[in-house]
Amino acid sequence: MENNIPGSKKRRLRFPYKIRVEPRLVEAPGWVSVLLTIASIILALMVGAVLIALGGGDPIKAYIHIGKASFGSLGVFSDTLVKATPLMLVGLACSIAFRMKLWNIGAEGQFFIGAFAASVVVLLPVLPDSSPKWLFILIMFIFGFIGGALWGVIPGFLKVKFNVNEIISTLMMNYIAVFWNNYFIYAVWSEGGFQMSKTFPKNAWLPRLSDFAKDAPIFQGLTTHLGLVFAVIAAVIIWFILYRSKWGYEIRLIGDNAKAAKYSGISIGKNIILVMALSGGLAGLAGMSEISGVVHRLQGSISPGYGFTGIIIAWLAKLNPLAVIVVSILFGALILAGRELQPKGIPTMIQGVIFVFLIASDFFVRNRILFSRNIEE
Amino acid sequence: MDMSIVLQAGVATGTALLFATLGELLAERSGIMNLGVEGMMLLGAMAAYWVSAHYGVPWMGVIIGMLAAGLISQIHAFITINLRADQVVSGLSLNFLAAGVSVVLGEGLNSIKGVAILPSFTIPLLSQIPWIGKIFFTNQGILVYIGYLVFPLVWYFINRTRQGLHLRAVGEFPAAADSLGINVYRMRYLYVFIGGLFAGLAGAAISLSISPGWFSEKTTSGEGWIAVGLVIFAQWNPIRAAFGAYIFGALRRLVLDIQGPMMILGLANPFYYNPYFGFFLQMLPYAFTIIVLVLGSREAIKKRIGTPAALGIPYIRGERGM
Repeated sequence: MENNIPGSKKRRLRFPYKIRVEPRLVEAPGWVSVLLTIASIILALMVGAVLIALGGGDPIKAYIHIGKASFGSLGVFSDTLVKATPLMLVGLACSIAFRMKLWNIGAEGQFFIGAFAASVVVLLPVLPDSSPKWLFILIMFIFGFIGGALWGVIPGFLKVKFNVNEIISTLMMNYIAVFWNNYFIYAVWSEGGFQMSKTFPKNAWLPRLSDFAKDAPIFQGLTTHLGLVFAVIAAVIIWFILYRSKWGYEIRLIGDNAKAAKYSGISIGKNIILVMALSGGLAGLAGMSEISGVVHRLQGSISPGYGFTGIIIAWLAKLNPLAVIVVSILFGALILAGRELQPKGIPTMIQGVIFVFLIASDFFVRNRILFSRNIEE
Repeated sequence: MDMSIVLQAGVATGTALLFATLGELLAERSGIMNLGVEGMMLLGAMAAYWVSAHYGVPWMGVIIGMLAAGLISQIHAFITINLRADQVVSGLSLNFLAAGVSVVLGEGLNSIKGVAILPSFTIPLLSQIPWIGKIFFTNQGILVYIGYLVFPLVWYFINRTRQGLHLRAVGEFPAAADSLGINVYRMRYLYVFIGGLFAGLAGAAISLSISPGWFSEKTTSGEGWIAVGLVIFAQWNPIRAAFGAYIFGALRRLVLDIQGPMMILGLANPFYYNPYFGFFLQMLPYAFTIIVLVLGSREAIKKRIGTPAALGIPYIRGERGM
């Protein structure tokens, strides 16, 4: 036996590689994070399947349903884009705030106030019902943006002036926004005792693809509306601001190292207010686009949690405004198809699982894992 | 409107907030902020109600609810302690996960009738104390009484015991704690777990005692977030946390009850004549949370106290600094 041979060391069976974790000194190549994102999604879908089965559903059927009901035909894909439109805008809202490490999780409330402010234009009314379409859209656009921006600036101001934690304040503002809207839906603009306002005049509707069906029959029945164009343009503008402007440089510097930014003379307070205004404004615009493009009236159930999904989208897109567009379409599909799924919470849950895996996988972007052969000592 | 009845119900409502706040306070004292409180509360509420609905033993429900929330909190612990991810983002993700899981697994729970809930009773003698006896010791759920015992105990634990000293050391200066042989990682895992247990208890208190039932996300309606705010207001002090939790509980009850009577203080009650004004009342607890944070933050700056120094900073053994 080996052990009997004098001088020989005791041999043990060992894992042939040593695993070492160390922080990356240079930024990880782009494909690492893309690959990890995809892996997170796949893993999340697997975990989601187990949970769906536990909750008494059939996971395979559920997933096939999601795929078919969101990408199966031009018609449903158009509906997916409709759902993706507000998601893009709130995703952008979260991205720009998060890039500065400003935790605006109040996009949901800013969405509601944006919708409210846009409705004011029709319901107060600011403009008579007979106003031209372009004027309606322009004024509602401005109102929606400003409404959301104001709702975002309040917590921003409180943070600058009183050092109030913006996570809590933005979240509390969400609840306040919902009650605010409810008051107007129930008490002021209630139509025939229902908890909704009257339908907006056609002039206040964002144009849809189906409006052009006369000239291009392929657009027949497609509900995709002008809001999508707003969202894509906004994404390009935000990308430009973040990566090609001095302001964007300041935002990114504050996000990476607030102290260094402060010492180099950047006003952090001013940037908090401005970024909260832009972030809130984008979320408010999402509310306007949903009201004017889809619902065509003010009512209570205008959002299946878009503002919260925006947080996940921003993170999945690595806070890159252009990636937000792609990710939003995926999540739009999930929300669209998830409406009919039983049990009801499936889309929220899958979003949660994806988010958790994504945050965990970030470890591999920040660190590298080294395998080295175990050498006998 | 009998004020003592409002306050009595307020103390009950505040108990859930109390547990959630204490749990978050303990976790943050160890240096880990867990924003998943709302989700963990939902999970605790759902699991507790589920167990009671299927097995008829509410106590078992409380324990399972606590364990469920405690276990899911360990995901956050792993991601922030070992993977060193940002605590804010990880907490948010835990929140989505826990809330989503609760809604999926809680499907159909609200249609089950006759679910056994926790007992309520009056404490003999103590309930005879005028005013206070009626508010605190008459016909309260058993968890309310447990709450009275828990917060002084937590205060004592943090400030007067060796383990509590270790906890504070880990939250203030983990490298120093480590050099004295305290296992920083293990302590943080433990207190995140305890925070989860408390959040689960808070949820179970709601679904099995305070307002029995399972109403998906509406079961907690933001109380977990208020709890996170209360920890800041309380400046990480359990006694102040209890004070805040009961005040908030009373406020939450008041906004419901104030709509009842026709007259208040001899004046016509506007909330009675126009029930829609109730929406503004319902904003109050949330608006009040923000106000309380404004006040709390100013005081904290003035006195230079509060936040555990290592809160939110991952500890890496053997590296320079915190």
